[in-house]
Amino acid sequence: MPRQVSYNLIKKIPESDISIVEMPDGHMGEGFFATSLNKVIGLARKNSLWPLPFATSCCGIEFMATMGSHYDLARFGSERVGFSPRQCDLLMVMGTIAKKMGPVLKQVYLQMAEPRWVMAVGACASSGGIFDTYSVLQGIDQVIPVDVYVPGCAPRPEAIIDGLMRVQDLVGKESLRRRNSPQYKALLDSYGIQ
Amino acid sequence: MSLTNETIQARITEKFGDQLLNIEEPYGMLSFEVPKEMNLKVLNFLYDDEVLKFRFLTDLTAVHYPDDKGRELAVVYHLHNMEDNIRIRFKVFTDINTPDVYTATGLFSAANWMERETYDFLGVNFVGHPNLKRILNVEEMDYFPLRKEFPLEDQTRIDKDDEMFGRG
Repeated sequence: MPRQVSYNLIKKIPESDISIVEMPDGHMGEGFFATSLNKVIGLARKNSLWPLPFATSCCGIEFMATMGSHYDLARFGSERVGFSPRQCDLLMVMGTIAKKMGPVLKQVYLQMAEPRWVMAVGACASSGGIFDTYSVLQGIDQVIPVDVYVPGCAPRPEAIIDGLMRVQDLVGKESLRRRNSPQYKALLDSYGIQ
Repeated sequence: MSLTNETIQARITEKFGDQLLNIEEPYGMLSFEVPKEMNLKVLNFLYDDEVLKFRFLTDLTAVHYPDDKGRELAVVYHLHNMEDNIRIRFKVFTDINTPDVYTATGLFSAANWMERETYDFLGVNFVGHPNLKRILNVEEMDYFPLRKEFPLEDQTRIDKDDEMFGRG
């Protein structure tokens, strides 16, 4: 007889334990299902984002907690943390970026393949934070385009997870032609990226 | 018998006489000042002397005193005698318009990076340094950020409203 603790007292319904992404809208009949390619690709991309952690300081520690079993970013399909920019989809910049680090960060961004997203975690990466000083980059958006900013100093793991879910929303809804659009090219041009 | 501040002071006064200025002992550490042309002579004497044996350069840095006209930059040397475990400090002062001080790299290899750092932040020109260029700041930087006339804050930031910080 097992000891009576909360998880064997409270009965769980097995089906609700397993989370499966909902099907996109479409037409279904016997033996077929039709939807737009955009939605399928978006669905696949958003649930298998490979993050590339660029952790320089304390926000990186919060990220480690986020990847750990208690918060577990793997629940959102971001299990595979890659340490090669060529394989990753999401650049997570966590921590103070000194001006001398700016070109390194940009190089890492350039090495990532399209489509790529960027998340600035914490006050320093977003705006320079408390380091309003001559040696610190006042927000990474001075060197690379940023998709999602996570506020906090340092943000709690919940906030980082929320940021990831905002990235997922963007990824899921992104049109397949966005990266070819003149607006996107103009955005990259404004950062001097071809 | 281990070395004391009194013995050190007696020995260097015997050698350099009244060229030593402002001898003091803040928190028990012997400190003095010498004319800036004398820095290598003093370092060499402290290194070679068979009693003093200050053969470890702990730190080399500089301070900017903008109000002290004609001697705005103080280059500070911290030395350690590893055998008797005693430390001293001495300073040379220089005019900010001619911040030329002889390099200590010939005596201490450790002075190489420390002098580069001092040049990087305060613009002290170490005469004879083999590779005097910026070490910590971005290479494009066109000023010496620890000189007091330059603001600490990054001037590219436009979102900071002084009103909001109670400084309006």
